[in-house]
Amino acid sequence: MHSLLRNTRAALAYLGTNPKMIAGLAILLLLLLIGVIGPLFVDIRTAEPISVRTNQPPSAEHWLGTDSGGRELLAVIIAGTPQTLRMGVLAGVIGTAVGVMLGLFSGYFGGWWDRIISAVTDTMLTIPPLAILLVVASSVRAVNVEMMALIIAALSWMHATRVIRAQVLALRELGYVQMARLSGLGSFSIIFREIFPNVIPIAFASLVGATSGAILSGMGLEVLGLGPQNTPTLGMTVYWALLYAAFSRGMWWWWGPPVIILALLFIALFLIASALDDFANPRLRSQS
Amino acid sequence: MTWGYVFRRLAMFFAVVLAATTINFIVPRLAPGDPTAAVLEQLLSRGQQVEGAQDIVDNYRARFGLDDPMLVQYGRYLFNSLRLDLGSSISYFPQSVTSAILAALPWTIALLSVSTVIAFGLGSLIGALLAWPGSPRAVHRLAPFLMVLSAIPYYLLALIVLYLLAIWTGWFPLGGAYSVFPNGFSLPVLWDLAYHAFLPALSIVLAGLGFWALGMRGAMINVLGEDYLALAEAKGLTKRRIFFKYAMRNAMLPQVTALAIALGTAASGSVLVEVAFNYPGIGYLLYNALRSSDYFLIQGVAFFLVITVAFAVLVLDLLYPLLDPRIQRL
Repeated sequence: MHSLLRNTRAALAYLGTNPKMIAGLAILLLLLLIGVIGPLFVDIRTAEPISVRTNQPPSAEHWLGTDSGGRELLAVIIAGTPQTLRMGVLAGVIGTAVGVMLGLFSGYFGGWWDRIISAVTDTMLTIPPLAILLVVASSVRAVNVEMMALIIAALSWMHATRVIRAQVLALRELGYVQMARLSGLGSFSIIFREIFPNVIPIAFASLVGATSGAILSGMGLEVLGLGPQNTPTLGMTVYWALLYAAFSRGMWWWWGPPVIILALLFIALFLIASALDDFANPRLRSQS
Repeated sequence: MTWGYVFRRLAMFFAVVLAATTINFIVPRLAPGDPTAAVLEQLLSRGQQVEGAQDIVDNYRARFGLDDPMLVQYGRYLFNSLRLDLGSSISYFPQSVTSAILAALPWTIALLSVSTVIAFGLGSLIGALLAWPGSPRAVHRLAPFLMVLSAIPYYLLALIVLYLLAIWTGWFPLGGAYSVFPNGFSLPVLWDLAYHAFLPALSIVLAGLGFWALGMRGAMINVLGEDYLALAEAKGLTKRRIFFKYAMRNAMLPQVTALAIALGTAASGSVLVEVAFNYPGIGYLLYNALRSSDYFLIQGVAFFLVITVAFAVLVLDLLYPLLDPRIQRL
């Protein structure tokens, strides 16, 4: 336990000085603040359809304009950004938790289970995630944010399984693990007390990657019209904008802000994942 | 290449096809309500104006034999799927799902393969140069841009490209794949096709470039520490030869493995790019199928997407030993 604390402190010390980490966290914090501070200034009930005049360009009254359904777009952004984040984090956490478990067991125990888990992981990795999501989401008619997160989580565990397994394969041959085994420690204690703390940085990098992937998948479903119909999310806003031809009607204020916020979100998560990667693979560190 | 290797890859291909078919079979049955009722409801909701409604329902009943035991139904479904009989499309009636998809598939395959090859090749080259100590400084300045680009998904990039290069400047068409449907291959026709494909392809290339460059940079850094590079230098080989034949050739191996894994995501992404540009591939077909709740077509597109990617991965895996002779000896 003591070494875990020391490792955590070392990680924080390194990441605190990593410019990618700082920039990524700063953007993420900014996006989180939209959802926290925004409702204090804007009535987010106006994110519902038919609450304001339609098709208004940005003005002093409507900062980001309004859409053809009569939604205040600033309110849509304020209400939608946290929903998108929530969906991504929920799917990412569930997917990564499952993936880390599978990776730990598969890598440590080896044998038949390992072969089966690895074969399934490799096979699933080559399947276009959208194809499966489509079939599921179009059969389950009314989806909400939580359900979408669950569906997406079912396809977000493979990457974590793969990288954790590879790491465990190397760790389990190390002297201290052999020592623990010889001293009669049970397999579960070895996995969780001796091996797991050493894969935490990689698990974190996987978590950030899985969250980013989940938001990407969610956005894919949303822009195809399979997202939550009654919750304003960033992806659904883009879907409505495209459905009502906001592009050719010159209504840039409709699709522009959600696209920019989504792009910033992906950039922030990428920067954080990349900083965690630098920490987990010191060989990359010296180069950048 | 050993037969064991070929057999394992083939088995993996069929496992993917089996998984896709099984999901297509199970998921609609887990959803609440009778599948036939769902189709009838859709037809009714459109005021029964669908031509051949009875045909579709008959087709459906015969296809699922809804009174048979589950296992028999599953076997029949599997058999039908494997001979690519995926039922009839509701929105493209009287076309079958398979013929609607086969008409759209060439557009997708052409767009996706050309742009993926460009992104992969160019990205790998840039990535190799990023890690190479002797490359010009301008190349190193590219790194942050590539990172940002690799983070933004295909679809968002497509929207931004569409706005900047088609709507704002008017340089490129807003969408579609041709001005007049091509009925032959002449120079003007090819030019028109390329003109329309440029923006969708550009979105896919831009979004993929950073990913491949960063991957290659990582692989190259590992290779640069190897002894055989020092030996090559000591032998007095030209820098150019060392870069391409010694460093890049070896660093490419993990890239090709990554290509097999990234293809699925790339295919998902390009489906959405097609939607943004109204490009008449399977992404656009899918969008129409979703808007008219054409379940068979939705499942059909998903099925084809999976087998196309699985097939490409199979080909890549079988070609891999040619790139890495070490596998032959195993």
